Amino acid sequence: MTVFFQTLVSGILIGGIYALIGMGMTLIMGVMGIINLAHGQLMMVAMYITFVAYTFFHLDPYLSLFVAMPCLFFLGVAIQKFLLNPLMEVETIIPQNQVLMTVGIAIVLTEIARFIFSSTYRSVTTSYTGKVFFLGGISFNVAMTVAFLFAVTLTIVLFWFLLKTDLGRSIRATAQDKEAAILMGVNSRRITIITYGLGAALVASAGSLLIPIFYLFPDIGRPFTTKAFVITILGGMGSTVGAIFGGLTLGIAESMGATYIGMSYKEMVGLIIFLLVLIFLPGGLKRLTKV
Amino acid sequence: MLKVENIDVFYGDLQVLWDVSFEVKEGETVALVGANGAGKSTIIKTISGLNRPANGSIRFLDLHLDKIPSHKIIEHGIAHVPEGRRLFPEMTVRENLIMGSLCPRAKAKRDETMEWVFGLFPRLREREKQLTGTLSGGEQQMVAVGRGLMALPKLIMFDEPSLGLAPILVAEIFKIIQRIRQEGVTVLIVEQNTKQTLEICDRGYVLENGRILLSGTGQELLNNDHIKQAYLGI
Repeated sequence: MTVFFQTLVSGILIGGIYALIGMGMTLIMGVMGIINLAHGQLMMVAMYITFVAYTFFHLDPYLSLFVAMPCLFFLGVAIQKFLLNPLMEVETIIPQNQVLMTVGIAIVLTEIARFIFSSTYRSVTTSYTGKVFFLGGISFNVAMTVAFLFAVTLTIVLFWFLLKTDLGRSIRATAQDKEAAILMGVNSRRITIITYGLGAALVASAGSLLIPIFYLFPDIGRPFTTKAFVITILGGMGSTVGAIFGGLTLGIAESMGATYIGMSYKEMVGLIIFLLVLIFLPGGLKRLTKV
Repeated sequence: MLKVENIDVFYGDLQVLWDVSFEVKEGETVALVGANGAGKSTIIKTISGLNRPANGSIRFLDLHLDKIPSHKIIEHGIAHVPEGRRLFPEMTVRENLIMGSLCPRAKAKRDETMEWVFGLFPRLREREKQLTGTLSGGEQQMVAVGRGLMALPKLIMFDEPSLGLAPILVAEIFKIIQRIRQEGVTVLIVEQNTKQTLEICDRGYVLENGRILLSGTGQELLNNDHIKQAYLGI
């Protein structure tokens, strides 16, 4: 039984961070209607920023959160403004041009990282790396727990922003009915730019939080893009509440898979759930909760 | 107040409005009536900047509306209550109303205006925290009208406000439009419901196949033989 709870706890802790990744993706999907296939690669960039800040300036990864998030916000703003929005003007044979562009951005970011940092595996070893504490017989990884608490705080701040500020409401309104939002005076182009920036900043926070736990290399982005995609589909496209549940579900599923099936099948369990959701619950958890 | 002069509007290569001119004076209620596909909604969307005229001009007070980006038009005091209501379904009634008052002028008086709107539609106060996607059609239309009023408009444009409503609710919506007019707001209304619309408006324009065919006071149009035959079935 202890093993079960231990597995559950690890799953929830990592799931909280997955939720951050998923919420960024789902916001972008809601407002622009596109899948951002550069999502994990944006996280990789944030991880390198955190790595550099730690290695050269001895900045604690949790503090460099406040460096990586604004950096990625502006990177996201620039990507949307100069690379994605111009594509909306062009009349195209295939409407998914923006999605293809995100694939290109992903490749470029990965190769730039490889050019600068080479493919060597890097890690950040902090004083709390590998430390655990016990609560009721269950061990908690310190770094994971702190990361989870950050994730919860950021999620609360994000929801406050989306529900209580005019800008947040404008983002939700644009996702629900773009033309009506324009009639209400919402500058939809500006909203797409801010949303992409916000999505990038959220996944950046996940990157900074994960760096004490994960090895860093240029290709780390791709599996996280997949995870973000799975979470978004699990939660229901465009649903932020769904992304939280999607993130937790994926975290727990991977953790259970690692314990009961085998470490190397971890990723597979997540993807099997993904397939089951697509077959039996298209529309994701959003279909059940209606939010 | 609003002066539309000789506009031509295209959807791609397809011309839908030909040389349309009309005007709305301050304090008036003006109706644009016509059959489905006559181009009524296109006119309102062009005023709101969602479509752009290929030729002609649209002036509001001393502004050239055809040169202003669509999201800035509401700032100048023009509210557009769109066809089919177009609410934000996953937002509450209150949030939808807030969305109507984003521009600084309206935001400053947001709470006051909301009280006024709740006064006009007491039903909405009861439903304040409900998601608009779960409301009945009539209630949704009230939210749509209320959301338009939240902008404190000088001119409010209604696109088919009676669409999909039961006759008793249609009568109620028309009553509300008259009340809005009494509050000093200028009204431009687009409707297929010809009789009721012409009864409440000061002046009306009849649109057929993208051209203005007739114009006159509401009474004149009601007594016009062509209107009687084509629209009122008398």
